[in-house]
Amino acid sequence: MTDFLEVKDLTMRFGGLTAVDSLSFKVAHGSIHGLIGPNGAGKTTTFNMISGFYKPTEGQVLLRGEDISGLQMHEVARRGVVRTFQHSTLFAELTVLENALVGTHMPFRPNIFAAIIGWDKEDRSGAEARAKEALEFFGLDHVMQERAGDLSHGHQRALGMAVAYASHPDVILLDEPFTGMNPEETRQMMDLMERLKADGITILIVEHDMQAIMGLCDTITCMSFGKFLAEGGPQDIRNHPAVIEAYLGGARHVA
Amino acid sequence: MPKFLIWIAAIAALIALPHGLSFSQQEILVFLTINVLLVASYRLLTLTGEWSLAHVVIMGVGAYSSALLTKKLGVYVPVSMLLGGVVAALIAVLLSFPLFRMKGFYFLIGSFAAGEIIRLLWKRFRDPFGGAKGIKGIDPMPDFSIGFYQFDFFEPTSYYYFAGVIVAFCLWILWRIEKSPVGLTFHAVHWQDKLAQASGVNVRAYRTLAFAIASGFAGISGALLAHYVGTINPNAFDIDLMVFVLTWAIVGGTATFYGPILGCVVLTVLNEIVLRELGLEQMRPLVYGAIMILSILFLPNGLESIVQKLTKRRAANSAPERSPAE
Repeated sequence: MTDFLEVKDLTMRFGGLTAVDSLSFKVAHGSIHGLIGPNGAGKTTTFNMISGFYKPTEGQVLLRGEDISGLQMHEVARRGVVRTFQHSTLFAELTVLENALVGTHMPFRPNIFAAIIGWDKEDRSGAEARAKEALEFFGLDHVMQERAGDLSHGHQRALGMAVAYASHPDVILLDEPFTGMNPEETRQMMDLMERLKADGITILIVEHDMQAIMGLCDTITCMSFGKFLAEGGPQDIRNHPAVIEAYLGGARHVA
Repeated sequence: MPKFLIWIAAIAALIALPHGLSFSQQEILVFLTINVLLVASYRLLTLTGEWSLAHVVIMGVGAYSSALLTKKLGVYVPVSMLLGGVVAALIAVLLSFPLFRMKGFYFLIGSFAAGEIIRLLWKRFRDPFGGAKGIKGIDPMPDFSIGFYQFDFFEPTSYYYFAGVIVAFCLWILWRIEKSPVGLTFHAVHWQDKLAQASGVNVRAYRTLAFAIASGFAGISGALLAHYVGTINPNAFDIDLMVFVLTWAIVGGTATFYGPILGCVVLTVLNEIVLRELGLEQMRPLVYGAIMILSILFLPNGLESIVQKLTKRRAANSAPERSPAE
């Protein structure tokens, strides 16, 4: 396993607030890496900086040694780092198949002149095949023609991942993929992630669901108040005194 | 095959149409044909979710460029029309730099300001734009013959056929774009630009692309107008016409390709036949305003929603075993 995605001294300030404070960690190729921390620890901010949604105030995000921090989101995506969103961010008005087809934008780049003349038949059928493959992978092939906005919550989350998967990514960034799922759905989703990993896709997850994270991740990075707190395997993190203190602290309401 | 027959019948009806009309109605038919292209190109822009108020001025850019190209440089008229479209598209690309820093309502106002600037430039610079009086004596489309039909462009019927073929071809291109993966990407940019971007879509580039294509076809419609009426001035492309375009689009509905065209045709027929018969054509803005308010209240999805209901019912009656997924 080599260093694949590296976050180096990443800092984000919103006015006087330092949301992320010189955070560094490395994600190994082909692993499932968890990013955890109590509410407001800066997990999602970190995530947004890696995916290009925010431009970091300081620091670097290195992909295969190339600095990708400050690039636009689509430029980051074209380098193989594709993200999903919290909640069900989908093209609600489009059908499930059309959603997945948008996901194939990168491998099958549309060409307007070919489209007018009709010379893009191969690309169109290729994109459709890839979209269907992605939907099948996530068990959505039976709802292909339905409006995405009409799907159940679990299906919508799966579709969000299918859209990302359709683009043949190297890294998938998952923003709280288990939110609002029942234990059965969570278990199925964990299986799917294991299969993504078997496909050679590196996964970085931000998540609250401790059970899922502990059962799934190879490595976990824990943050608190924007700072690096601890890193290690699930067992190390579970028993790490600093992590326990950050989560349980004085108050008993656990995230 | 019945679909094929419907197309043939529609084309035959469109060819026969001017022969049943009076001279002034034939003229209106030419304007209607040009406006159909204008409103259909406007729809392509609305696919990305942006509503511009500069579209009619962009049409004017096409008209002015084509007129000046023929007058000053002696370019052959059909070529100048195409070049008029190209110039309009290029101006749109230039405008996109300041305008696409804005979205939604701000884009709407920004586009209005940009359009007014262009219009005031035409008024201000007498050379080459002719100032407030505009350009007169624009070369007409040269007459030609295709064997069985002699095109005489002082006859509105001839110009109607000529413009009709061009507009039909442009509509075909717009249709192909909309039904292509590019069109799907426009929809994606409209509904969730963040997710589209995360899928590797260069949102800014696609917005600009839609704006440029829509403007290019608006420019061609402007050029068609300029070489028909032979005179253009800045006031021919003012906000009044833009409001009509918006009314056609909203009353027709923008969810389908044919919605805005339907709105344009229905409202023009209403205006030119019903209101003119009643002697109320001076009240067009009032009537249009009332129709717009009524349609927003009672027909929020536009005239196209009526058509959709009718076609769906017919499809359900003829083939009840078909699944709606088809």
